Parts: sequence; C-alpha cells; structure tokens
Amino acid sequence: MRIFTTSDLFSLFAALQWTIVLVTLAIALGAPLALALALMRISKIAPLRWIAAAYLQLVQGIPLLGLLMFFYFGVPVFLGIQVPAIVAVGIAFAAYSSAFLGEIWRGGIQAVKQAQWEAASSLGITRWQQFRYVIAPQALRIALPATIGFLVQLIKGTSLASVVGFVELARAGQLASAATFQPLLVYSVVAAIYFAMCFPLTIWSRSLEARLNGAR
Amino acid sequence: MALVEIRDVRKSFGANEVLKGVSLDINEGEIVTIIGRSGSGKSTLLRCINALEQVDGGEIRVEGKAVRTDMQDLRQLRQRVGIVFQAFNLFPHLTVEKNITLAPVLTGKSNKQEARQLAIDVLERVGLAEKIDAYPEQLSGGQQQRVAIARCLAMAPHLMLFDEVTSALDPELVGEVLKVMEDMARQGMTMVLVTHEMGFARDVASKIVFMHEGRVWEQGTPSELFANPQTPELKSFISSIK
Repeated sequence: MRIFTTSDLFSLFAALQWTIVLVTLAIALGAPLALALALMRISKIAPLRWIAAAYLQLVQGIPLLGLLMFFYFGVPVFLGIQVPAIVAVGIAFAAYSSAFLGEIWRGGIQAVKQAQWEAASSLGITRWQQFRYVIAPQALRIALPATIGFLVQLIKGTSLASVVGFVELARAGQLASAATFQPLLVYSVVAAIYFAMCFPLTIWSRSLEARLNGAR
Repeated sequence: MALVEIRDVRKSFGANEVLKGVSLDINEGEIVTIIGRSGSGKSTLLRCINALEQVDGGEIRVEGKAVRTDMQDLRQLRQRVGIVFQAFNLFPHLTVEKNITLAPVLTGKSNKQEARQLAIDVLERVGLAEKIDAYPEQLSGGQQQRVAIARCLAMAPHLMLFDEVTSALDPELVGEVLKVMEDMARQGMTMVLVTHEMGFARDVASKIVFMHEGRVWEQGTPSELFANPQTPELKSFISSIK
C-alpha cells in the first residue's frame, strides 16, 4: 500500500487522453454516419427510411454497455478475429453516437419550415444544394444545444469502456484507488476532471440556447 | 404557340378534387390574373405550373416543353419560371445579397465576382439597393416581399408566378409591392398572379381568369369581365368584393 501522489495524478491525466481519444473517435466516425442517417430518415425513398429506422431502433434499444460488450467480446467470437480494444470500443461509441446524433439532427432538419425547402427548390437548385445551403445551416442552429448536450453524455459515457478493461479516465481511477486504498480521494479527483470537461459545455449549450431562442 | 399551355389539368388532394379539368393559355408578355373564392383551386393551378404540385391528369407545357417530375427537367423549368410566395420565404440565415445570389451562383448563371453587381441590379429594380447587407428579419414585410421578387428576378425568369403575394402584408405595405409588380409588367415580364387585389387586376392585368369550383368559369379582359360578367357566379363574386 502507498499513498496517492502526483504520479497517480499524472497517470489519471495520461488516461484522460484516452477518454478524449474515445470522444474524438465517437464523433469523427459517428457524425458522418449520423448525417447519413438523418438524411435517410427524411428521404423520399422508403427503403432508405426503413433501413435507417431499423438501425436506430436497434442501437437505441441496446444499452451502451451492451454495445461495448458486443463489439469487444462478441465480434471476436462470431467473426473469429481479434480486434484491438481501441477499435472495438471506438466502433461501439461511434455506433452509439451515430444513432443519437442522427435523431437529434433529423429533428433539427424537420424543424426547418417546409416552405424553406419549397422556396429553395423553386429556384432550380439541386436537392443537395437545397439542403447544404438553405436547410442545414438553419437546422444546425436549432440542433446545436442538443448536440452539445449529447457531447456531455458521451464524455461521461466513455467511462463505461472501463468495464471491458480499456484504460481511460474511470479505469485509471479504479487502478489508482486499488493501489492506494484511497477510493474517496481518487474518485473525487476523477469526478472533478469529468466535471471540469462537462461543465463548460453545459454552460455553452445553455447560452447558445438562450441566444438562438432570442434571435429570430 | 403560347408560353404556357394548360390542357385539361386535374388535381386531387385525397378525395377532394381541386382542379377538375382546367385548360388555359398564357402568352408571352401577358399579365394573367386568376381570381376566385378561396378553395376554387387558383393557388393550386399556379403551383402546378412550376411543379410544386404534380398534376394527376392532363398536361402543362411551358415553352413547348412538358412539365415533368424528372429532377433535371424540373430544375431547368424552375430556372425559367420564378415564383413569389405569400409568406415571402426568404432564407433567414442569409443576407439579402446572399438570398439573391445563392441560386444564380449555384446554377452557373452568375459567377462570384459578378454576383454582388447582380444583387445590386435587381435590388434597384425593387427599390431596395440600400438593404443589400441586411438580414430578412431587419426588413418590413413589404421590403421582404420585394427582396423575394428580386431573388426571382436574379434568375432572369421567362415567366413569374405570384401566389397571393400581398395577402400577408399590412395594408399600408401593399402598395409598394404592387408598384414593383406594375413596373415589371410595364417592362414586359410575363406574369401570372393569384390575387385579391381587384384594383391591380383591373388596372394592370391583360387577362382575367375567374375560377370557380376547380374550373375556369370565365376569362377575358378586365373591362369585359368586370363590366359584363356572363355567369351568376362571377356576378356574385364581383359584388361580394366591392
């Protein structure tokens, strides 16, 4: 047994990097998929809507922990290939993010008045141009607070990766706690670090919401 | 050949047949005003011309080309046929300039260097050049509608459709929009309007079309129709709006 020292603190911050990597992966892989899902959900082509809806139902209906277990333990069993932990966990978080962001963004897109699509289409520009230049900027404003709110959920959600042994902030906290027998102190520090990441985002989201509601 | 040929057009919304076989010609340079009670199908007919509504039967030809729903045909049609809406439908996140230049730049009718000049030119035609950098929310309803007209003009359309463009305006703002439309009429723009402004219909229109229960009930010059209505429906309509 030893006491909690600055070296433990350093190991927490080292693990924090992996938390940030997970969040980045989740957004970098999940956001493009989320956009595709949102567009599929509002598509005029029915099978695209069905596929997107089925995917969303599936992913949203499985706990994040279940997704992690599936990609970490299940995929190697079913496919017979060993995947590095970061890949399995990264895919699980990307799937999770794509489903929730996809629905948030679909809501934003559908909140833009239908008349805006009509006005844009009557100018003779393509459907993608209508979306890109007329609908998306307005939808983004509407969906931004909820998107940041989801980001906060995601940051806290990455702590679940600890259950499959991935050493991110929460797992590093467990290790430090086991080594020092000072769980209260260690977990307080861990909680403080999560809070320090999430709190500014929450404030930002609130101020955006107030500002966007005020304008127009 | 008429600029727009409408032949036996039918359109239903669910079980409600809104257009029951409408035929109408619109010639180049004509100012055609469609009047009638609400529910008579006049807005629907207008929206069929640029395929915002798809017809269930019959055919519409614009410049000899059938209006179809094929995406590419549709875009080309809409680049030639502009529409101004009752609710303006400006893009709230873009300045007046960007509202006007978005489509000309994206469709290759204008390049980025010429775009601002194009915006200035069309804004001068609606008397709003000084508002080029404003956002829609900073403008009055009448000004927004004039910008919407300018946005249409920037595409250099061969035909412009006006769907009750003064109905959402405060009464004191109606005049400025009608004046812009009168100027356009004088410059030879082919225009089709759905309107409740009978003064405008009487003074500016070259042809009045009275629609009733999804059909063209009567048509003719303003003096013919207003002075000498043939049907009891038009007589009662005219007396109800006086």
